[in-house]
Amino acid sequence: MIALLLILIPLFSGLITFFIKGEKDAKSWSLFASVLTLAVVFAGVFNLFDTAQSSYDAAWLSALGARFSIGLDGMGKMLCLLNAIAFPIVFGAVYNNDYKKPASFYGLMLLMQTGLMGVFLSTDCLLFYFFWELALIPAYFLCSTWGGEKRIQVTFKFFIYTFVGSLLMLVGILYVYFKTPDHSFALQSFYNAKLSTGEENFAFWLFFLAFAIKMPIFPLHTWQPDTYEQSPTAVTMILSGVMVKMGLFAAIRWLVPVFPHAALYYSHFIIILSVTGMLYASLIAIRQDDIKRMIAYSSIAHIGLMCAAIFSSEETGMQGVMIQMFNHGINVIGLWIVAEAIETQLGTRKFSELGGLARKAPALAILLVVMALANIALPLTNAFVGEFLMFNGLFRYNVWIAAIAGISIILAAVYTLNMIQKIFYGNTSIATENAKDIGMGTKIMLIVLVVIVVVLGVYPQPMMQLTNDTVQSVLIKFHL
Amino acid sequence: MNAIILSAAFGVMMMLCSFLLKNKGSLRHIASIALLILLVANIADTYGHTMFLINTHGMLLFNRFGMLFNSIAIGSTFVYVLLTGKEIEKTGTYVAEYFVLIFFVLCGVTLLSSYNNLLTLFLGIEIMSIPLYILTGSDKRNMKSNEAALKYFLMGAFSTGLMLMGIALTYGGTGTFNMEAVRTFPNIYKGLASFLEILGLLFLLVSMAFKVSAAPFHFWTPDVYDGAPSVFTSFMATIVKAAGFIAFIKLCAVRMNETSGVVNWQMIYAILIVATLLVGNITAVFQQSVKRMLAYSSIAQAGFMLFSLISLNDLAYEGILLYAAAYSLATIGIFAILVKMKDISLEGYNGLAKTQPALAATNMVFLLSLSGIPLTAGFFAKYYMLAAVLKTGTYTWLVIVGVLFAAVSVYYYFRVIQAMYFKEGNPQTEVITPSFKYGVIALAALIILLGIFPNLILNWLYF
Repeated sequence: MIALLLILIPLFSGLITFFIKGEKDAKSWSLFASVLTLAVVFAGVFNLFDTAQSSYDAAWLSALGARFSIGLDGMGKMLCLLNAIAFPIVFGAVYNNDYKKPASFYGLMLLMQTGLMGVFLSTDCLLFYFFWELALIPAYFLCSTWGGEKRIQVTFKFFIYTFVGSLLMLVGILYVYFKTPDHSFALQSFYNAKLSTGEENFAFWLFFLAFAIKMPIFPLHTWQPDTYEQSPTAVTMILSGVMVKMGLFAAIRWLVPVFPHAALYYSHFIIILSVTGMLYASLIAIRQDDIKRMIAYSSIAHIGLMCAAIFSSEETGMQGVMIQMFNHGINVIGLWIVAEAIETQLGTRKFSELGGLARKAPALAILLVVMALANIALPLTNAFVGEFLMFNGLFRYNVWIAAIAGISIILAAVYTLNMIQKIFYGNTSIATENAKDIGMGTKIMLIVLVVIVVVLGVYPQPMMQLTNDTVQSVLIKFHL
Repeated sequence: MNAIILSAAFGVMMMLCSFLLKNKGSLRHIASIALLILLVANIADTYGHTMFLINTHGMLLFNRFGMLFNSIAIGSTFVYVLLTGKEIEKTGTYVAEYFVLIFFVLCGVTLLSSYNNLLTLFLGIEIMSIPLYILTGSDKRNMKSNEAALKYFLMGAFSTGLMLMGIALTYGGTGTFNMEAVRTFPNIYKGLASFLEILGLLFLLVSMAFKVSAAPFHFWTPDVYDGAPSVFTSFMATIVKAAGFIAFIKLCAVRMNETSGVVNWQMIYAILIVATLLVGNITAVFQQSVKRMLAYSSIAQAGFMLFSLISLNDLAYEGILLYAAAYSLATIGIFAILVKMKDISLEGYNGLAKTQPALAATNMVFLLSLSGIPLTAGFFAKYYMLAAVLKTGTYTWLVIVGVLFAAVSVYYYFRVIQAMYFKEGNPQTEVITPSFKYGVIALAALIILLGIFPNLILNWLYF
């Protein structure tokens, strides 16, 4: 029931939002709905109800062998939690922004949350595919309607890219479906599918391409910086904070356990691609003059490390991925909130036009510095734990690859500190001369994020316990 | 049997109405009531309540598959008349005749869904095609409409000629017109496929490819669909085309299948499919007029329907019916909105979401369905087509080619969505009545419903 509620609350509240007339009402209603979802997730994560409540199963297309079955495992709980935390924070952070047609904006946002929840919950592959697409369609409309100048072309590129990936995945799903012993889309049937080595290698790529585009992995990342830059920042927060986790999540739940031999066979190639992407994106990030584009490239680098850690097939690496999926979501949303605060107030995102903001907005400066330090994974911040574990896993896999990937830590420090320096220190520019500190709503949301950053940095144990069952079950498949 | 006789009878009835009724406005109401009766009669027939018991000597064979297709075709026509009946009246002065011709086309369609003999196949194709030539030219003062009608007629006559030759040649090769008999009685060459039969089947294949506008026999389609009055393009591109596929799949399942030991028909279909997908999708990308884009998109969609010829398994039969329903309903919806637009170029749709939010939203649902996005009927239509081929275990490469072209199709369908939602403009439309609005909203709701529960249609095959 809990699982069902997680889908139904955002779905119905989203549909209702479309018919709300006043702007204030739409905002408060969607904030209320997202907080309600968060409360339900808390109930699910802390097992306030008996465990039978955390899954739901109903007949759907019995002729095809597809059921409406959803359930929560450790990783699912963790990502639902991230999803549920992200939306109230985003709604709170943009509470003072004025969007034209607010009812549609907030309605589409909640529908996107429905799609994301569904992806993290479904234990039926066809249902998973449905939600996978359902998350994409609202994102398309959100970016194309409320985005920047070049929004239409850029979002279209994003849509076509991901749609090609999803269609290939659909072929892969059907391909595996016909090899399952009982012709069903259920997760367990997929795990038991009888595939020869050749078939496994073929179907692996059909799935992997879809997930690699979503993450994104070099060289399929070209849609990402443009889309992040052109989308309204509220949507970018969700795209980079939660939606890219779809790719990682799907790789752990639907790719590696279904095709363990192929995953092992291609792991070296994929890790090299990921590490190349990390260095490549980090180097480009250094050269950026735009906050949003810099964060976008930095995000590619972080995701590359997570993908490499998944395929390193080491326990520590996998645990690191779990923690880092959550932490990266929190950190990147924090960075976007800062970018949004600067852009709405000063009208520019360019480093070259900013400077000396620390004197004008001290609260923003302090909060950003914490978020930035988390971005470069300094000890005591949450990202340190995750990155340390992932590098540990990568090191056990191959020392040289780990060493090369380690360069990206240095590069991350270069571009992140460079950003702080250019925005907050030095002389004030024309744009920042009359700058004021951030508003109350943004401040509260950033403080909440900073608290999460520090708490999880000091005491990551609960998060590791939460996801331990998934790590163990995936690793068993990997080393069969 | 009910549907064949009643549709012909209703055609005659409408003809009488043309001079007995003074009030032309009531004609479309009569037509819709007649269609509803036809639908009910056909469903009754499905469950064994046949009104006309005629011994056809095996020329016709009625089964669930054909009956369900009849229901889909008649139901779609009903929706079509409800949504665009007013525009049919505006096309010209001979309003009643248009409805007459539509009923005659339906008679051909129902014949095609139940033919069991090459002669009845020919009859069905002709009964279906000839009224269409007239409907294409119904806008008499318009040169483009006249040109389209002539082109359609000449091309249609040509393909009919090929079909007749094909039928004659296969008769020479097998000694029978019957569809089933070849299987049970070895032909005069003692069960071997003869050269004459193969040649005849090739001719038949080409003529059917003409009818369903599969590349490289598609050249008439864009001009005819573009030149004909939009209301009739809607009818031609949906119900008539789907009927062509039903006839095609049956021919392939019986006649071609028997000679598959000699000729690799599947490879020929695969070539047809790739050519059709390529031509339809790539050319549609460059169109500026929405109507012409839809003409090419109908070629592209035909490419997907052709997938059923390769697989010919249970999923393929279910899939082609679902595809026929999903594609027809969505295209009828898009055309119903198109005929209300003053400017049918892509720019003409700019900003429709602001001025007519209901029309834009429903049009979006129709376009999403055509591009095969989940939660719409179009997704399951494509799903069945792909699954049917994957089930055979061969031609996996064709499925991948198919989905890549499906991604291309998103490009041109979404251009309309972009125009409606993200571009500024002041589109001019005819007066939109509330009943029309509710009509398209109901149609969009139906498409979404079928996108979640495709079994609503497919269960009719078995229960």
